[in-house]
Amino acid sequence: MATIAAEPLAERRRAAFVRSAAARVGMLLLVLAVLWGFWEGYRWLWIREGWTWPFVVDSTTMPHIHDILQALFRRPTSGTGDILLVQLLHATWFTAKEALVGFALGATFGFLLGVGLSQWRLLQRGLLPYVVASQTVPILAVAPIVVIYLGSLHVAPWFSVAVIASYLTFFPVTINTLRGLQSTDRRALELMRSYAAGPISVLWKLRIPAALPYIFSALKVSATASIVGAIIGEAPSSIQDGLGGFIVNFNQYYSLNPENLWATNLIAALLGIAFFLVIVGAEAIVVRRAPEHVA
Amino acid sequence: MSVVTIEGVTKTFDGGTTALEGIELAIEEREFVSLIGPSGCGKSTLLRIIGDLIRPTAGTVRVNGKPAAQARADRDYGIVFQDAVLYDWRTIARNISLPLELARWNRRRRGERVQEMLRLVELSGFESHYPWQLSGGMQQRVSIARALSFDPALLLMDEPFGALDEMTRERLNLELLRIWEASGSTIVFVTHSITEAVFLSTRVVVMSPRPGRISDVIEIDLPQPRTAATREEPRFFELVTRVREALHLGSDHDRDLTAPRTAEAPS
Repeated sequence: MATIAAEPLAERRRAAFVRSAAARVGMLLLVLAVLWGFWEGYRWLWIREGWTWPFVVDSTTMPHIHDILQALFRRPTSGTGDILLVQLLHATWFTAKEALVGFALGATFGFLLGVGLSQWRLLQRGLLPYVVASQTVPILAVAPIVVIYLGSLHVAPWFSVAVIASYLTFFPVTINTLRGLQSTDRRALELMRSYAAGPISVLWKLRIPAALPYIFSALKVSATASIVGAIIGEAPSSIQDGLGGFIVNFNQYYSLNPENLWATNLIAALLGIAFFLVIVGAEAIVVRRAPEHVA
Repeated sequence: MSVVTIEGVTKTFDGGTTALEGIELAIEEREFVSLIGPSGCGKSTLLRIIGDLIRPTAGTVRVNGKPAAQARADRDYGIVFQDAVLYDWRTIARNISLPLELARWNRRRRGERVQEMLRLVELSGFESHYPWQLSGGMQQRVSIARALSFDPALLLMDEPFGALDEMTRERLNLELLRIWEASGSTIVFVTHSITEAVFLSTRVVVMSPRPGRISDVIEIDLPQPRTAATREEPRFFELVTRVREALHLGSDHDRDLTAPRTAEAPS
C-alpha cells in the first residue's frame, strides 16, 4: 500500500522538479536574449541617430556581441598559440585557484574573528574600528605591500594574490558572523541556560547554527569579492598567467581589439557566477530552514 | 521534602518596578500547581526565578532541597515556553535529544530515550521531520517531550498552550494530565485561563498585580484521573467560580463586576 502510494508521489515530485528546472533555464535564456537585444538595439539606435551622450557609440566602445563571441575562437595574436577561449580557460583556472585559496583563507579568518569578537565584548570595542578601517584602505595600496612582504619570504607569487583576495573576503564574513551570533533568539538562549549548557555548547549547538543564514549571505558576497581581489592582485604581482594579466594586456591594446577585453570580462563574470552558485549549493545542503525562510 | 520552597521572594527590576513581593510558597512532590493572574502579576517572573533564569532581589528559592542555581546546574527541571522554541536546523528526534547531548548521554541511550519520549507524546514516526513540518500543537508536544527527556523531577511550563486554539488546547490538556500521570513529575504551570488552571491542577495559586503577590491558594479537589467529563461536573464550575472571584478580589477595579457573574466558562 505504502509503496503504491509512494510511487506516484515520487513521480509527481520528479515531474515538478523537471518543470521548475525547465522554467529556470527558459527564464535564463529569456534574460540573455533580452540583454543581447538591449545591447544591440542601443548600439544601433545611438549610431543611427549619431548621439554622443553619455558616450560615442562605435565598434570600439560597444563591439557587436557576436564579434565578442567570435573573438573567443580566434588567436589573439597572429602566429601560433591557442585560440583565445583556451588561453582564457587556462587563465581562469589559474585565477580561480588564487581566488579559491583566498576565499578559504578569508572566510575562515573572517568567521573566527567574528566568533572571537562576539565572545569578548572588550575585544569587539577595541578591534572592530580597525577591522572597519582595514576596508577603507584601497586594495590597490595594500596589494604591493603584501606582494613585497610575502615575496621576501619566498612565497609563491600566486599565494600573495590569494592573500590579497582574502583581504577583500574576510570583512563581510566577520560582520555578518558577528551579527548572526548576536541575534540568537532570547528564549532559545534561556532554554540552553535551563540545561546548564556551557558557553562552548551554546556557541556550537545554538549560536552558530542559528547564524548560518547570515554567514551564508556574507559568503555569497565574499565569493565574488575573492575573484575581484585575485584579478586586481595579479597586477602588482606581475602575474601574467591569470585573468588579471590578460585584462591588463588587452587593456593596452583596447583600441585595436576591444573584443578581446570584453571577452575576458565575460569569462571573468562567468567565473564569478560559478563561485556564487557553489555557495548557493552549499547553503542548500547545510542550512535547514522552513521553506518560507529560504531566500 | 518539598520539591520547591519559596521564601520571602521579592523581585525589583532595574527600572524600579516591583514585579514580586513577599512570595511564600511550597510545592510538594507530584503536585500540579498553576500560577494564575492578570498580566503584570509576575507569574512568569516567578516561574523564571524558580528555574534560576533570573535571580530574585531578595528571598530564597530551593528546588529539591538545593539552591535554585545548583538545581539548574544539576538539571533538576525541564522547561516549556509559550512557543515551542524548537531548533529549525534539527530534526524532531535531534530536538528532543538536545538536553541529552548536553548531559553527555551516549548515542544509543539517546536514541532509545527519544523513541520512548515520542511514544509518550504520541508522535512516533515523526522523528526525522523538521519542526516547520509540524502543526503548532505537535510542536508543543515535541517541546514537552524535550523537557521530559532527561527525566527531571520538576516541569516548569510558561503558558505552554497559550498560542493554540481552544480545541487543540483542550486536547493537549488531557494529554498533559496523562503525561503527568505517566512521568510522575511535579508541574508548575503558568496560565491565564481559569478553566485550564482548574481542570489541570491540584492547587491553583492566584496572583494579583502591582506589586505581584499571592492573593489566594485554592485546593482543587476534583477526583483523579480527570477526563473530558470533568469539565461538565458541578464541582468544576464551583471551583471555576471560586478562582474567578479570587482573581477579581485581587484586582480592586474589577470588584464591582464580580457579583452578578455566574459560572460560565471564560475563553
